Amino acid sequence: MNDELTPEEKEALTHVASKLESFEKQRGNLIPILQMVQETLAYLPTQAIKIVSEHLEIFESEVYGVATFYNQFRFHPPGKHPIKVCLGTACHVRGGDIILENFERKLDIHAGETTADREFSIEKVACVGCCALAPVAIIDETVHGHMAPSKVEGLLLRIEIEKQMEERAKIKDESGR
Amino acid sequence: MNPAGNEKIDQIFNAIYKEAEKRRNEFKEAAVPKIHIGMATCGIASGALETQKAFEEALDEYHIDARIHTVGCLGHCYAEPVVVIDHPDSGFPPIFYHEVNAGKAKMLVKLFLKEGDPRFEHVYGAMEENDLLPWVMEFTRFNREKRVVMEKCGYIDPEDIYDYIGEGGYSTFVKALKLSPDEIITEVQNSGLRGRGGAGFPTGKKWELAKNAGEQEKIVICNADEGDPGAYMDRTILESNPHQVIEGMAICAYAVGAKKAIIYVRAEYPLAVTIVTKAIRQATERGLLGKSVLGSAFDLEIDVFRGSGAFVCGEETALIRSIEGYRGMPRHRPPYPVQKGLWNMPTVINNVKTLASVPPILDHGAEWYREIGTQNTPGTAIFSVVGNVVHAGLVEIPMGVSLRTLIFDICGGIPNNKKFKAVQIGGPSGGCLNEDFLDTPIDFDSLTEAGAMMGSGGMVVMDEDTCMVEVSRYFLDFTQNESCGKCTFCRIGTYHLLKILKRLTRGEGEDGDIELLETLSKDIKAGSLCGLGKTAPNPVLTSIKYFREEYQAHIYEKRCPALMCRPMIAFYFDLDLCARGCDACATCCPVEAVFTTSNRKKGVDQELCVKCGECMVACPPEYDAVRKVSPPHLVPHIEKPPEKKKEG
Repeated sequence: MNDELTPEEKEALTHVASKLESFEKQRGNLIPILQMVQETLAYLPTQAIKIVSEHLEIFESEVYGVATFYNQFRFHPPGKHPIKVCLGTACHVRGGDIILENFERKLDIHAGETTADREFSIEKVACVGCCALAPVAIIDETVHGHMAPSKVEGLLLRIEIEKQMEERAKIKDESGR
Repeated sequence: MNPAGNEKIDQIFNAIYKEAEKRRNEFKEAAVPKIHIGMATCGIASGALETQKAFEEALDEYHIDARIHTVGCLGHCYAEPVVVIDHPDSGFPPIFYHEVNAGKAKMLVKLFLKEGDPRFEHVYGAMEENDLLPWVMEFTRFNREKRVVMEKCGYIDPEDIYDYIGEGGYSTFVKALKLSPDEIITEVQNSGLRGRGGAGFPTGKKWELAKNAGEQEKIVICNADEGDPGAYMDRTILESNPHQVIEGMAICAYAVGAKKAIIYVRAEYPLAVTIVTKAIRQATERGLLGKSVLGSAFDLEIDVFRGSGAFVCGEETALIRSIEGYRGMPRHRPPYPVQKGLWNMPTVINNVKTLASVPPILDHGAEWYREIGTQNTPGTAIFSVVGNVVHAGLVEIPMGVSLRTLIFDICGGIPNNKKFKAVQIGGPSGGCLNEDFLDTPIDFDSLTEAGAMMGSGGMVVMDEDTCMVEVSRYFLDFTQNESCGKCTFCRIGTYHLLKILKRLTRGEGEDGDIELLETLSKDIKAGSLCGLGKTAPNPVLTSIKYFREEYQAHIYEKRCPALMCRPMIAFYFDLDLCARGCDACATCCPVEAVFTTSNRKKGVDQELCVKCGECMVACPPEYDAVRKVSPPHLVPHIEKPPEKKKEG
């Protein structure tokens, strides 16, 4: 695991430390605290687990044990564009695994990983609750229903084009000034 | 309860009800069109937010005064985004429109609201009986349902407590406060209500046990940790009508003597969390929760705990461990949670649907509830019917309706003229039933007898293109991943089951595998503590029982009869049908496995093909040239011309 935090993450971590004060030192608060940390940092870096364990006065291994038990907690930073592929029953019957495989092939990472440039990450999720649209994938916050392998390529291409357009607009802006 | 106290309760509640009634009448009588938009997660996923925005913009553009009313989910997921437009001046009854995207929304504002033409081609049905349009209650998808729990879902705004109170909400709670706890428990017992979480334990009995568990403080937990991939009724109820659940919880808390209640809802349901939290706040602000509820001596505080996503936490003792801040591992029962539960206090844990059934039961009486459903299982069942079915969505039916009625009459049967093959009931803990069971009545006992179970109420309908071995593998993959690891049989047993099933779907099955799967399954059932392990082998056992020949084909012929297991199939193009010069398949292939033959037809490079089936979808129906075969060696050889050099 890459333990280096980005400057933004370091700042967010101090934020976490101050927010911790509002939680009573009770074991029952462990999961709400971990949820708060993940909402602030988008994942649980080892540094955060350490301050949580110090606050609740329990072992780091114990915190880690609880965190890894639950599917919600992530230990890698997500990409800028998180991709969630639904593998609920309805999506599976309609070929959700094929969609997942296509994302994995196109981005050359496996589910649960982030691309080296931190642009994309792929996650498997169980039922997002729109079974009638199966198979479903969520990119950023948008739900894309009736996915097909060719649509995977189109969606990634769109993000790529949008990024290029933004960059071009930025260059234009700067040169215009 | 003393009569003076009762009077005070009535007085306080009447003031709230008056306000709700005033608001309701104002809304109903306003002489402007009303647009009701379904805004639960499924609606939003289908684009309801864009639809709402389009309505707002169009109303602005044409200067039309209309009210937009955001409601929950009607359960008709196949039709999302759903919009009901009530335009009194047009002379039409309220009209149900389906699949209303932004474009359709703008069109409806212009043509219906402005010009009075309801656009018959887009009308799904009318919400009331009338002479102009078909009434939705004439459709089996509507009239075969019996709504008790979901009666108000999709009609009221879940974020406005007055909407619920105006429709009679919380009046049952007021009624309950004037009864003694024993009277309430007796009524619930008489109704025959059984826990809707899956096991079907009599609810009244559970409450009685908790009440009699000593003088100490008790706790009520609403279990909304809906982990089954494919079931989403708990989420929909919380998102569409949270107050009915809260009312049920409050009645339960009063009956068993609890001052604290917790709703345990999955963190993966952010909208449900937000709506429930807001609903609790609104109820507390109006004195329906909190210290001395409605001026009585009863206190109740409700908290929301966000579950972090572990299937096993649906099991009550695991859920308790999870709230206490530990790994959610089940423990041995007894002591049952009603004796020793959360923080060692007597705890009643009820499912969302169970609690939401309580207000209608107390309102209409136990006798009324007993008349719905069957002798042993009165009431209704909610299923999320998904998979290969025309009208997918949530269906609330009286217990005892047959599977055939549910799948073919209510949900419209199998799409694309395919044949029904199996139905998987109860998610990863349930079983697959074949068509011999279509006439089985749906209730706890007959489903368990058939080898499936009621479970969460997830129902996946599968057509002839679904491979049962692959479906078993899918469910085992899920339960193996979700096994908490406490019992060796569950932890290691499911791992080995999965390993064997994976081998089968890859075409590496061996003689004796079926027998091994059966013995192992029985051992896992016997050697596991909680429901997860005890039921995890169900999909395997039932699919072997009813679809044994499919397992045999995988093992002895290395063939997948449903043409689904990808390592065992191959695609090719029928050259007699393939159209010369057509490129539809080649352009959509994600791995460029399609090549052009010397006479400009298409072939598949089997080395490159990932068997996604995209070419099959892309091939124009007038040619329909793509074929699938299993085992793969049956594929006819098609010569690939030498690659042309791309020069100049």
